[in-house]
Amino acid sequence: MNGSSATFDCRQAFAEALTTLARQDPRIVAVCNDSVGSSNLGGFQKEFPTRLINVGIAEQDMVGVAAGLANGGYIPFVCAAAPFLTGRATEQIKADVAYSRYHVVLCGMSPGMAYGELGPTHHSIEDLSWLRAMSGLTVLVPADPDQTKSAVKWAAESDAPVFMRVGRTKVPSVSEGQAEPFVCGKANVLRQGAQATVIATGTLVSRAIEASERLAEEGVSIRVLNMSTIAPLDEDAVIAAARETGAIVTAEEAIVSGGLGAAVAAIVVRHHPVPMRILGLPGFAPTGSNEFLLDHFHLNAEGIVAAIKELRG
Amino acid sequence: MMIDGKIASIDGWPEPAILSSLSAGERAAQLAEVSREVRRSVVRMISAAHLGHIGGDFSVTDIATTLFFGVLRLDPANPNWPERDRFILSKGHCAASLYSVLAMRGFFPLDWLETFMQPLSILNGHPNRKIPGVEANTGPLGHGLPIGVGLAIASRLSGKNWRTFVVLGDGELQEGSNWEAAMAAGHRELDNLIAVVDRNRLQQGARTEDTNRLDPLADKWTSFGWETIEIDGHDHAALYDVFTRPGRGKPLAVIANTIKGKGVSFLEDRVEWHHKVPSPEQVERALEELSR
Ligand SMILES: Cc1ncc(C[n+]2csc(CCOP(=O)(O)OP(=O)(O)O)c2C)c(N)n1
Ligand SMILES: [Mg+2]
Repeated sequence: MNGSSATFDCRQAFAEALTTLARQDPRIVAVCNDSVGSSNLGGFQKEFPTRLINVGIAEQDMVGVAAGLANGGYIPFVCAAAPFLTGRATEQIKADVAYSRYHVVLCGMSPGMAYGELGPTHHSIEDLSWLRAMSGLTVLVPADPDQTKSAVKWAAESDAPVFMRVGRTKVPSVSEGQAEPFVCGKANVLRQGAQATVIATGTLVSRAIEASERLAEEGVSIRVLNMSTIAPLDEDAVIAAARETGAIVTAEEAIVSGGLGAAVAAIVVRHHPVPMRILGLPGFAPTGSNEFLLDHFHLNAEGIVAAIKELRG
Repeated sequence: MMIDGKIASIDGWPEPAILSSLSAGERAAQLAEVSREVRRSVVRMISAAHLGHIGGDFSVTDIATTLFFGVLRLDPANPNWPERDRFILSKGHCAASLYSVLAMRGFFPLDWLETFMQPLSILNGHPNRKIPGVEANTGPLGHGLPIGVGLAIASRLSGKNWRTFVVLGDGELQEGSNWEAAMAAGHRELDNLIAVVDRNRLQQGARTEDTNRLDPLADKWTSFGWETIEIDGHDHAALYDVFTRPGRGKPLAVIANTIKGKGVSFLEDRVEWHHKVPSPEQVERALEELSR
């Protein structure tokens, strides 16, 4: 990808961006659940010991506390493993954050199947479905460190509730060469193409680029969109992809019932129906490393190439 | 078999029925021997998987072996026997110790342990009900006690009169769901329910009392309508006595004072060994200390 094969854990970029912002804005605080290490907040804690609020292993309390902090004039970044943040505290996210419209930034660490071997309790594949259903909650999936940094900055400056995934599995940079790595609500067009479109998010973006390169060798040109905002979705980019390329494959490290693919399909059906394939997880995954599981479910370049070929007949 | 020649078969392991006829001293000695083998097994599983929670595995080992080898009414050949006593490892991250105990007790072949966290293995990083002997899919903390309350109610309703043991981490008690369940169990006077708190005073990133204070812990349980007993969680004789006591009209909370990493000097009471993986040299040293 762009000549570089280096890969990054986005939690580092996240922590750097948060700490930098916290130096400039005393309202920024971090709230966590015995997750200082797993959220990479050690540096933040050293520099701002009183602004790191560790409530212990208590996710419902954690999100409620964040809502209170927001009411009191602070900008809380809630940092916790994605499955427990989004699963355990779902109602607090709904009632105390989304419905109450508090400016709370929910940061789901190690999402998808980052904790592959630890099993479905520790996989966060439902988060996009659950949180997309919450009115007014912006849902972000930055695909690389640059996007993560920009998303953190954007989230701090917005005045509405935000959820963002912060990846733990190593990813290559996909926004090198982009004028702006992340614009909320806008897809990044990473490859132009006319014969089909892949709309990918998070860890699947680099795999989509790889698929487009393989197809290019066979003379098939496909468009690649990095959809780092899941809600609100970039409808214009989706409609343009349907109109101009005639077939769409979506790809995400999430359950297929309600994430990116479902969101794209709802727009496609309404505005410009074209054949689609939704790539993601069919249900609870077995045990295995993240890499193993992504391959097991064909969430890789081969899987994307196969889906495109199937669509094109 | 990976766990030394010593555990090539489970034939030699004592049945609870046999244990109950032993003198207290002989019984404790047998349980100490089984516990040492469980810890050796855990070391090998975690070193092979390069993942695991060795500190909490070691603090809970003596509690788990006393229950499975000395107390619980079970039939490993018939794991779903309807009248069995129920055991829930609510601190599910310590699956390696549970799996080792289940295998040694005869619920499944010992060589399954070699598949711990391998691709597609049912021996997942956290317990799940595909595995014989596992009652609940734990891992997210704070789920075991509510399930235990349901089991205790079902035991009464059905007249089958099994007992239910739920083993909880102390950090885990910061989850509010535990206290909702504790209140319900106290209200209903579920004296067939026993909560065992693995009180090692450490959680993932720090000491419990520096994170979100639990003390006075016994008073909390007592005020929720539980009978509360504090014991040394590595004293097999004391654990056996408490676990075999008949119910006395209230649910029982056993606060088992333990040492995280118990049994291997360099692992003991150190926060970083929550989920650090020992190096090959450390594995050798640990196995060597556990052979004495
Ligand atoms: C709901 C939930 N939040 C966070 C975690 C992550 N986590 C796993 S183990 C652990 C610490 C548990 O501490 P404790 O209960 O004291 O267990 P022990 O010391 O016996 O290992 C944490 C925070 C989790 N598994 N579930
Ligand atoms: Mg503990």
